[in-house]
Amino acid sequence: MSSVLLEAHAVGKRFGGVRALHEVSLTIGQGEIYGLIGPNGAGKTTLFNVLTGLYGADSGRFSFCGEPLNISAPHLVARAGIARTFQNIRLFANMTALENVMVGRHVRTHADVIGAVLRGAGTRAEEQAIERRAVELLHYVGIADRANHLARQLPYGDQRRLEIARALATDPKLLALDEPDAGMNATETAALRALIAGLRADGLTVLLIEHDVKLVMGLCDRVAVLDYGEKIAEDVPEKVQRDPKVIEAYLGA
Amino acid sequence: MSSRFSYRKYIGVTLVALALLALPFALSAAGTAWVRIANLAILFVFLSLGLNIVVGFAGLLDLGYVAFYGVGAYVYALLASPHFGLHLPFWVILPIGASVAAIFGVLLGTPTLKLRGDYLAIVTLGFGEIVRIFLNNLSQPINITNGPQGIAQIDPIRVGGISFGQTDLFFGLSVSGPMKHYYLLLLLLLLVIVVNLRLQNSRIGRAWEAIREDEVAARAIGIDTTRVKLLAFAMGATFGGVAGGMFSSIQGFISPESFVLTESVMILAMVVLGGMGNIWGVIVGALLLSFVPELLRYTVVPLQLALFDKMLVEPEVIRMLLFGMALVLMMRFRPAGLWPLGARQREFSIDKAAK
Repeated sequence: MSSVLLEAHAVGKRFGGVRALHEVSLTIGQGEIYGLIGPNGAGKTTLFNVLTGLYGADSGRFSFCGEPLNISAPHLVARAGIARTFQNIRLFANMTALENVMVGRHVRTHADVIGAVLRGAGTRAEEQAIERRAVELLHYVGIADRANHLARQLPYGDQRRLEIARALATDPKLLALDEPDAGMNATETAALRALIAGLRADGLTVLLIEHDVKLVMGLCDRVAVLDYGEKIAEDVPEKVQRDPKVIEAYLGA
Repeated sequence: MSSRFSYRKYIGVTLVALALLALPFALSAAGTAWVRIANLAILFVFLSLGLNIVVGFAGLLDLGYVAFYGVGAYVYALLASPHFGLHLPFWVILPIGASVAAIFGVLLGTPTLKLRGDYLAIVTLGFGEIVRIFLNNLSQPINITNGPQGIAQIDPIRVGGISFGQTDLFFGLSVSGPMKHYYLLLLLLLLVIVVNLRLQNSRIGRAWEAIREDEVAARAIGIDTTRVKLLAFAMGATFGGVAGGMFSSIQGFISPESFVLTESVMILAMVVLGGMGNIWGVIVGALLLSFVPELLRYTVVPLQLALFDKMLVEPEVIRMLLFGMALVLMMRFRPAGLWPLGARQREFSIDKAAK
């Protein structure tokens, strides 16, 4: 691990009487693929939602790129440079694939209502840049030929790719993927693996939530394991795989 | 695309423009009332396009939209009538009315930011009623709105030396007041359509649609939904305010009766009938729902008299009957509207943009 990109310290979150997260701390280094695994209901997605500002945290501190991260609203987290996808894909169903990615550029562009109405040279140039970048990203994830299809008409695997392209459009430093292979067949999963490896090769840091331990092996640099809202292990995948506490969490006592 | 295609398009646009320019002369042959009906229809197109921003683009169900229409109308009436003795010119009042309506839009938007669907509909419905009740009762202790009597003798529009309240001769053609209003409205309509089209294909327009499609995802990719929603309410209200101002000046008299819930429902019906989110669909919806009832009014009575020698069914009853039937048929066969949004495809050449 070179330099630290994201640091979460002692994060806690309760839903009524349920302790979803308790004193969870983790550190993600620049350029690594960091896996977050655990059995169903372990708190993986809750941690994700806290980190990306969808839920407020009850306790804990976050820092990103060496600065405190304000997680009070999702758009602030996105602006800071963390983009995410959802376990149950959330696309803008009645917009085209291209438009979905173009919306992703919102946070890095500036045209307001006045600019849109007057449509001056600046706005037109920005619009062209948005479209150009969106097309690039569709090429990058390999669905450029679907650019004009409505998102809801895309096959499942392409919807996953589109969601990743939309997240990439926000120019993130950290891409957080919530079970990206859920519902995929073996071929699609292999292609997804290649895509994620490619993202890292291009300098992106990836946080990967997984239920299935197999996917994180060989892909992730380090893995943290959550169980009942607590971190029970954190190490390279090979060691985590042999950790008795992890085996117990997955298989039961 | 070949140049022949754009050549055809050019001829088509020219023909439509000529038809629209000649329309009031044709209509006034059938009676000046028809020119007034056309003017009201254009006002309803304004209102529908404004509501379409809130309901169609941003997906926020607003049942109190008529409030902004009322605010715009009253701002105009108060600033250009003997009521306060103020007589500002219309090009000064129209922006004021639009701005005041926009402020009301933000006033409505702020407390409803977290509401969606049915709940939002109920609150906006209440807002519309509150504004109407204020208009009805703000005659004391200080007489601002003149209560249920309304405000009369509102100044007609004057541009240069031309008053829109009387008939003038231009190049040997007799142009009546309503016909002048028609041309002014047509000009404004062109502007409103251009503004709407540009908004839709812009960064803000895409953000509105994103909120409509999935608010959580929109927030997660960095859209400040608070700001973007308030913008939608404010922009929608602005169009309502402009329409209200025009209504005031054309009618010369307004009262709270013109700004009741059924008007809100009617405007919403125009948006839904045409196809939420599609500007051209919404225009078609507004024109249909404006003209069909008038056509009925002028045909149903003579038809019954000719057939039965007496009137058996009031036109109003037939109108509601047809509306009900139309509603059922639409829900069954075209739930997304006559001209829905889904048919739209962005003009786009991927090879060119990819290089």
